[in-house]
Amino acid sequence: MKTLFRSAMYTILGVLVMAFGSLVAPQDAGAWEPRKPVDFVIMAGKGGGADKMARLMQTIIEKHKLSTKPFIPINKPGGSGAESLIHLKNASGVNKDHTVMVTLNSFYTTPLRQPGLGVDISTFTPVGRMAEDTFLLWVHKDSGITNVDQFVKAAKAKGNNWIMAGTGKGQEDQLLTSFLNAAYGLNMKYVPFKGGGRVAKELAGKHADSTVNNPSEQLGFYQAGTTRPIAAFTPDRMELFPDAPTFQELGQKGIPVYFMQRSVVGAPGMSKGAQKYYQKVFSKVYKTSEWQDYMKKKSLRGAFLTGKKLKKYWAVEKDIHQKMLKDIGEI
Amino acid sequence: MEILSLLGNGFLVAFQPLNLALVILGCALGLFIGAMPGLGSVNGVAILLPMTFIVPPTGAIIFLAAIYYGAMYGGAISSIMLGIPGASTAVATTFDGRPLALQGLADRALITAAAASFIGGTISIVLFTGFAPPLAAVALAFGSAEEFALMILAFATFVGLGGDDIPKTLFSIFIGLVLSAVGLDIISGQPRLIFGDIPGFYHGINFLVLAIGIYGIGEILWTIESSGGDVNVSQATLTFRRLIEGFRGMKETIKGTLMGSFLGYFVGILPAAGATPGSLMAYGVAKTMSKDPDSFGKGNIEGVAAPEAANNAASTGSMLPMLTLGIPGSPTTAILLGGMVIWGLEPGPLLFVEHAEFVWGLIASLYIANLFSVLLNISFIPLFIWVLKLPFTILAPIIFILCVIGGYAPTQDLHDVWLMFIFGVVGYLMRKLDYPMAPAVLAIVLGPLAEPAMRQSLIISNGSPMIFFERPIAGSIMVVAIVLLLLPLFKVIKGALSKPASGSQA
Repeated sequence: MKTLFRSAMYTILGVLVMAFGSLVAPQDAGAWEPRKPVDFVIMAGKGGGADKMARLMQTIIEKHKLSTKPFIPINKPGGSGAESLIHLKNASGVNKDHTVMVTLNSFYTTPLRQPGLGVDISTFTPVGRMAEDTFLLWVHKDSGITNVDQFVKAAKAKGNNWIMAGTGKGQEDQLLTSFLNAAYGLNMKYVPFKGGGRVAKELAGKHADSTVNNPSEQLGFYQAGTTRPIAAFTPDRMELFPDAPTFQELGQKGIPVYFMQRSVVGAPGMSKGAQKYYQKVFSKVYKTSEWQDYMKKKSLRGAFLTGKKLKKYWAVEKDIHQKMLKDIGEI
Repeated sequence: MEILSLLGNGFLVAFQPLNLALVILGCALGLFIGAMPGLGSVNGVAILLPMTFIVPPTGAIIFLAAIYYGAMYGGAISSIMLGIPGASTAVATTFDGRPLALQGLADRALITAAAASFIGGTISIVLFTGFAPPLAAVALAFGSAEEFALMILAFATFVGLGGDDIPKTLFSIFIGLVLSAVGLDIISGQPRLIFGDIPGFYHGINFLVLAIGIYGIGEILWTIESSGGDVNVSQATLTFRRLIEGFRGMKETIKGTLMGSFLGYFVGILPAAGATPGSLMAYGVAKTMSKDPDSFGKGNIEGVAAPEAANNAASTGSMLPMLTLGIPGSPTTAILLGGMVIWGLEPGPLLFVEHAEFVWGLIASLYIANLFSVLLNISFIPLFIWVLKLPFTILAPIIFILCVIGGYAPTQDLHDVWLMFIFGVVGYLMRKLDYPMAPAVLAIVLGPLAEPAMRQSLIISNGSPMIFFERPIAGSIMVVAIVLLLLPLFKVIKGALSKPASGSQA
């Protein structure tokens, strides 16, 4: 009961802090520490893969007391993440050191597609790559499709009326759709929805014919037998879905191995002290058993990257995405 | 029978001392969070989510669900007393709750809100208990075309909202729609209506900013003008007899309450909708059904009962797609869903089988949370009445500060506070010119849901609007909506034909 009461008091305190904004406390000398709650921006909608992951990170931070100030998640999914990028770019004053963002591949594609935003991702502060998420091609089990050949045949028959649901325009899902269209001579129609969770539901409700969801988004329906993965965009078969071959295995050279980064990035111009602080927090998050369990359960992969290595990774990925977007005529 | 035994087991879980304590604590916190403008259940649940790691998952979701529930009750309090919607879900309660309070009937409004919430909550939990799986199938059957049809139906119910002045109602709806289009477009990713390059507009206009501006700031301006500087005291009183009378008075509103409960629950189970559209739609339908629609917006008790029943019913309803489909039915359940991931529970059709204790413990705790919330709420009513008796000179600065906090809290952007002031002044002027404001609020809530649904449907159909009529569910909803939309038009034509001599002075 005592813990309960205490947590209730903290809660009320937390609410007050939220409501009255930042009453800045004087800062002690020594290592940098946040002086107010940290804005934890999520570059995607509520309920999607990025969102669930961000909330897991937030909880791990609280549970292991990795930060002296709480991380407050804010979803800014607008315009394929453009809203978040602008928010980070415009962070000024004390916010520069108190704004971090959970990001995905729209981190590369959105600024490439919208030069007008004036976002240069190389100015953003690297904090940590937490994982790489995987993609599979999904169909409804009632379609009777069990392999890629049947998929291609069915999609060809329906032509432009075959609906591929995905998240946002010019994002990962649309890239993969374009690759599938090009490699197999299909003409699938891409329809954007808000968030991967919603996309998964569109397939389960048969409002779409196929999706390229991440495992975590389809897992519930997959376990219930509603939806079925027929191929993976990974280099080798996934433990979780042993029956789904990879496109590499099928000898389809036109479809690249493709991952989704799950990274944390700080506002441009973040101070060295703050940068170090967040890198430490998230490297600790990565090592917790909760994070490792989550990675295993949702078929995530990839080591923790930070600092220069992460910047280099971004530079490489950005070039790859630039080429992909050019290939499909998006830029 | 199987359901009853499962529910019985659920109650055993919910009655464990820790869980019971969490329910009560959650209801009390929720009541407070809901009553604070700007701190809706979304913020409350989000802030408290990480706190839940100290208890087992079942206790954690019971706690968060109790907060969600308590907030639905709490939202009505500041809507009625101060005229500021305590939470987005309680906006519709402001329309008639505030006028009632100004007429000295705050006690009646508060009691009705509590009782209607209780009835709405109870009906929805019983529906949840009995029919979760078939209703999940309904939620799945709703694609973007169906969603758009439902939104049109919601607008249709509201065309009657502005009294007989249909042009002014339409004007108000269109203003709301334009405001809802501000920000980054989901489908194309391009910014719209950002007035050059003002970053504050990128996230769109949060509708609470509009609602608090119009109803909070606008109300202060209005009261200052109408009181002419007099220090007036609201003549709110509460005696035991009035309390009993308040409950007796529920009979008049039972139709609206029942309608609100079922409608709210149904809207709640649809993904992406949630309690705010549910309560607004219930308000519109209550008005359409009423024998005296003109009294709505001026202090009709049914205008409090219907949305309050609906928002509680919808909050239960929106847990259904969360648990069975892993799709949140409202912003708050989106965060609860995140919680389930953290606790290692996979939402989906199998959750009811594999984690029966968790699911049924939650359902049973909803019964308890509902009961405790109503008891807490009613026992606090005398305190609320006492606050209302404060002179306006003291109340006005408090309302003003709460408005500023409420405008700032959801997005934490000062830009929104300025916007709120502008809306307050414009809202006050529009009110002087007799424009109805409720339709604008409805439009800014439903616009962001209706627009992508329409465009997704049209992409699917290659631009043919027939998609809204060819699909059985969408088609039937659409037909009802069109009939409702044309109803006032018939009235106008009939009116014009019967007295052609009176000319057009309107």
